[in-house]
Amino acid sequence: MISWKRFLAMLHKEFLQMRRDPGTIALTLAMPLVQLFLFGFAINADPKFLPTSLVSGDHSAYERTLTQALANSTYFRFHGPIGEEDAAKRLARGDAQFTLTVPPDFARQIDRGERPSVLLEADATDPSAIGNALAAITAINPTVLNRDLPDVLRAAPVKPPFDVVVQRKWNPENLTAYNIVPGLIGTILTFSMVVVTALAVTRERERGTMENLLAMPIRPLEVMLGKIVPYIVVGYVQISLILVIAALVFGVPMRGSLLLLLLGLGLFIAANLSVGFAFSTLARNQLQAMQMGVFFILPSILLSGFLFPFRGMPDWAQWIGEMLPLTHALRLVRGILLKGNTLADAAPHLWPLALFVFVVGAIAIRNYRETLD
Amino acid sequence: MTDTDLAIDVRHLAKRFGDRKVVKDLTLQVPVGQICGFLGANGSGKTTTIRMLCGLLTPDDGEGTCLGLDVRRDAMKLRTQVGYMTQKFSFYEDLTVAENLEFVARLYDIPNRDRAINEMLDRMGLVDRADQLAGQLSGGWKQRMALAACILHQPKLLLLDEPTAGVDPKARREFWDLIHEMAADGLTVLVSTHYMDEAERCHRIVYLADGRLIVQGSAEEVVAQAHISTWRATGHGVVEAAKLLRDAPGIESVAAFGQALHVSGTDRDAVAHALEPLQGRDDITVEETEPTLEDVFIHLLAASGTKTEHAA
Repeated sequence: MISWKRFLAMLHKEFLQMRRDPGTIALTLAMPLVQLFLFGFAINADPKFLPTSLVSGDHSAYERTLTQALANSTYFRFHGPIGEEDAAKRLARGDAQFTLTVPPDFARQIDRGERPSVLLEADATDPSAIGNALAAITAINPTVLNRDLPDVLRAAPVKPPFDVVVQRKWNPENLTAYNIVPGLIGTILTFSMVVVTALAVTRERERGTMENLLAMPIRPLEVMLGKIVPYIVVGYVQISLILVIAALVFGVPMRGSLLLLLLGLGLFIAANLSVGFAFSTLARNQLQAMQMGVFFILPSILLSGFLFPFRGMPDWAQWIGEMLPLTHALRLVRGILLKGNTLADAAPHLWPLALFVFVVGAIAIRNYRETLD
Repeated sequence: MTDTDLAIDVRHLAKRFGDRKVVKDLTLQVPVGQICGFLGANGSGKTTTIRMLCGLLTPDDGEGTCLGLDVRRDAMKLRTQVGYMTQKFSFYEDLTVAENLEFVARLYDIPNRDRAINEMLDRMGLVDRADQLAGQLSGGWKQRMALAACILHQPKLLLLDEPTAGVDPKARREFWDLIHEMAADGLTVLVSTHYMDEAERCHRIVYLADGRLIVQGSAEEVVAQAHISTWRATGHGVVEAAKLLRDAPGIESVAAFGQALHVSGTDRDAVAHALEPLQGRDDITVEETEPTLEDVFIHLLAASGTKTEHAA
């Protein structure tokens, strides 16, 4: 039989204990609010104004009208005209989502009624980011060029007087696995590295072993490094497992240098460990450390471009995203794995990670106390 | 300025946490090779003082040296020469006894590590338990393991914070025999305790109340300094009499020891006067007695707070 009195006694005790730990309560209440506003306003599955490099063939009136029409669809924002090589580089580095190449004799071929082709190359490593834009270009009004066309060709066209050839680069079959695998490497590492380190140090404090450790001749940096290195090893084991399964089961290609990928991910692991260590210097118990971990991981997953297209977010959310290690790790892994990025291509994603390690690591070391004060 | 014969030489130490002053103006000198008992009620500042002495806490005020090393500036160096045994078991419960000792030996960079560990296991009678997880040891064995880990690097000063709390009498006795053995070899020991028999085994006693040093000296000196008079009442009527005596003027402490009652106060005449009503009763015998160390401490405890009753 349930005794209401005993149940109420237990209930009362739990509320008393809850009140003793205001930090945990504050986190529990603040977290959903922050997240609601953050993600409610930030997430948008229909990204617009995607950066598109224009490789111009003839600078004709047709071309201007075409790009104008595409820009008006609000899915494309043109940059250029620039050279072919530049455009390829921008696409590879992720600075542009598309390259639109107009052939050199575009106007002449149209005038002759030869239906020339324009080439739209899309960075298809994240299929969800380009879907709507591609739909917009295929649905483009066949009469778009009518105003500029000679009278002979204007008569009721059923097709536009040109073709759009779409090339999904690096992921021609539009496989979601290509996006999910790099994302998972990042999220799994974030989760295990941040939470495990935060808990490892908080546990020493909670069990009282920290007092002993502090009384012995060991320096904070030595404690920190000694705690972190085993988890770096664990992190690499996780990476290896995911990469092998990705290649064998999901057929995800490995187009760049494996060494570069492992080095870059090493930086990413260090970034996450420094976050975990910083949390452990702030958290008063393991529960708080865990909450802080979740507080960090959720925005990482949602604002990094893993689950929702990065370019769909408003500027302020992109700024937050740029500060998260996962954002850069994601670009790094997609770049190296799928696009075959070289060190030069990857550098823009490497230095933010290094900076992050430096700043957060410094905060963690500053907060770590050598005494019990 | 440092007297080389002093293992601990600190002056005017003070520490506060927020608004709470935990240690106030504490001056303490302990000569090399002595066992110094640290006594006082819970919360009187014993642990905080010990933590300041080994560099775990930075004093807000005051200065001094341990083993000739400045407690503020040389904290790191001090750690290599001091052994500190925490009140709560603070080694790794998920490591075995041998693994814990090895970890400590590595941290202190002890030469001939394996031999040092084996010798220590042997000395502490831990050989059979070397491969047992520390978390599965009983209280007495945990305490032994902790002591082994604290003296593995052969410290010159040993700080023990209530090392025998929850340990059975036989293990306690063996523990103290060990402490005396090491002190004879020149180790200085500062040990906090609540047990009177342990206090009596110290060369010198320091009593703290409310963060201040109240008395110090040998057990005899401390008893003499207290200037209290104690009567011992025995017989069937004492339990009921205790209630009457507790509120009587002049009586500062009433403590039951089994069938006997110890009644103490600083004013001898006032205590004698308060006891007069009992003198004629045939179920109670009252006689004056030499105050024991315990009487003195109960008296000090009572004097530092409100009047208290203690059962021993």
